[in-house]
Amino acid sequence: MAKPISQALLDKFSGSVEALPAFREEEAFVVARDRLLEVCRFLASFPGCEFRLLEDICGVDYPGREKRFEAVYHLSSLEGEKRIRLKVLLDESDPGVPSVIGIWKGADWFEREAFDQYGIRFEGHPNLRRILNHEEFVGHPLRKDYPIKKRQTLSSPANFGWEQAAPPVPAKDAER
Amino acid sequence: MLEQTDRKEWMVLNIGPAHPTMHGTLRIMVKLDGETILEALPEIGYLHRGFEKGAEHLTYQQVIPLTDRLNYCSAMMNNVGYCRAVEKLLGIEVPRRSQYIRVIVSELSRIIDHLVCIGANLVDLGALTPFWYCFRDREYVYELLEALCGARLTTSYTRIGGLANDLPAGWVERCRKVMRKNIPQGIDEVETLLTRNRIFIDRAQGVGAVSAADALNYGFTGPCLRASGVAFDLRKADPYYDYDKFDFEIPIGKNGDTYDRYLVRMEEMRQSLRILEQALDGLPEGPVNVEDKRITLPEKEKVYTKFGALVQHIKLVVDGIVPPAGEVYSATEAANGVLGFYIVSDGTKNPYRIKVRPPCFAIYQALPKLAQGNLIPDLIAIIGSLNIIAGELDR
Repeated sequence: MAKPISQALLDKFSGSVEALPAFREEEAFVVARDRLLEVCRFLASFPGCEFRLLEDICGVDYPGREKRFEAVYHLSSLEGEKRIRLKVLLDESDPGVPSVIGIWKGADWFEREAFDQYGIRFEGHPNLRRILNHEEFVGHPLRKDYPIKKRQTLSSPANFGWEQAAPPVPAKDAER
Repeated sequence: MLEQTDRKEWMVLNIGPAHPTMHGTLRIMVKLDGETILEALPEIGYLHRGFEKGAEHLTYQQVIPLTDRLNYCSAMMNNVGYCRAVEKLLGIEVPRRSQYIRVIVSELSRIIDHLVCIGANLVDLGALTPFWYCFRDREYVYELLEALCGARLTTSYTRIGGLANDLPAGWVERCRKVMRKNIPQGIDEVETLLTRNRIFIDRAQGVGAVSAADALNYGFTGPCLRASGVAFDLRKADPYYDYDKFDFEIPIGKNGDTYDRYLVRMEEMRQSLRILEQALDGLPEGPVNVEDKRITLPEKEKVYTKFGALVQHIKLVVDGIVPPAGEVYSATEAANGVLGFYIVSDGTKNPYRIKVRPPCFAIYQALPKLAQGNLIPDLIAIIGSLNIIAGELDR
């Protein structure tokens, strides 16, 4: 199974998809950002080995590199034997990548986490908010330049704009 | 999001994060019309402890105790998953005895995780009795784990290259007794209490049903996916540690509702007992740690008597294990589903990046869809059956 899929991928998207050297028999490809959705759709419906399970999306920070961030996607097929890694390299000044939530609904929270921890923006995501860190958090903690000992406390929890139907009753003290 | 309804007609209720039925620290805000849920908004992160950031500042062995605290109901499986990923990075295979012992402790952990899930789920529904039965069985396994590694919950039993120590004398016999007599009896008793229980069936059947296509699309794995009818189990699809040589079945549900998830977990426990029997019978002799000076600590006796072993010990503890540069993704079938570890190494003693793929992260994101249109008690039943463990969810 390994050869046909990677070969088909490289044939169809030559120029936008580059195979990385195999390490420990794992297949990884660097995908150009603008063709990511096409590549994902192609893999999700590849005849004989559909990558219907999106296992993971995460970010990685390489501050020394020209393109600082990597968005890493792990796809797997139910046949199990096949797992594929896709990477999109992102510049610090423009860390945007199209969201794959239209293909796999499961991308929802994984993309939110990559945004929360790294600041990678997933374009087209309906609800790109922080997920693990609190809503008043400033910065992106998993970046290599974020100090591990820094603490940020939450001053007051949010209610996400869901106001109660009735206005809050003023405290009795306020009348005095 | 729904269109704006007349604000006078709906109410917002906040459930959690400190709530008896929120497993761990989960917060859900529900928009109610009477008692029907119009919309549910889960909020997570209350147990976020920065595992991934912390791991970047530790050595590979120092991360092992942190992995215990991921899915703390079945800590061994996290240990096994992590060590397996680092061993893949190093390009080594642990000895066969070590593999079988890892299978044994993984299956024991799977059983206790399912017992917690079922017990806690039923407590949320108001049935306290099954909880005691489930936790009594969990005690038997706790005693086994304590004999093995000294701890009941946070075990830290595996090491990179093998295990912390071999099985103590008599452990295999004790384990056989527990899994031939105590646990099957316990599971039977819970089954008698629940499976044909009119009240439980009314509360669980048809509640929180997920179709197979939806489940797969959301990234469900594990019992929740199998309850929806998708026959996917990494132990069969991508076997590791001789799982392909064991004879067992994976139970598949039909409707993907709370009742099916319960049934799948009950049957999985029985199948785990089958695997345990075969693993204990086929347990090979031999060392439990790989023979490699750069990975395995030398025996204590040699450390105290021979200078070379002392130096090796110091080097391994202070410098740690240094894998080659590269990245791996290694997944095991944990109790909740596919537990993946993506480890990036830059050739130094600290991992450059560790990403944990928690199975319940993918499962919990489907909650708004599952909750819509249900009552609050149904929401509680659904959350319990999804087996959301906050330690794993938030890391």
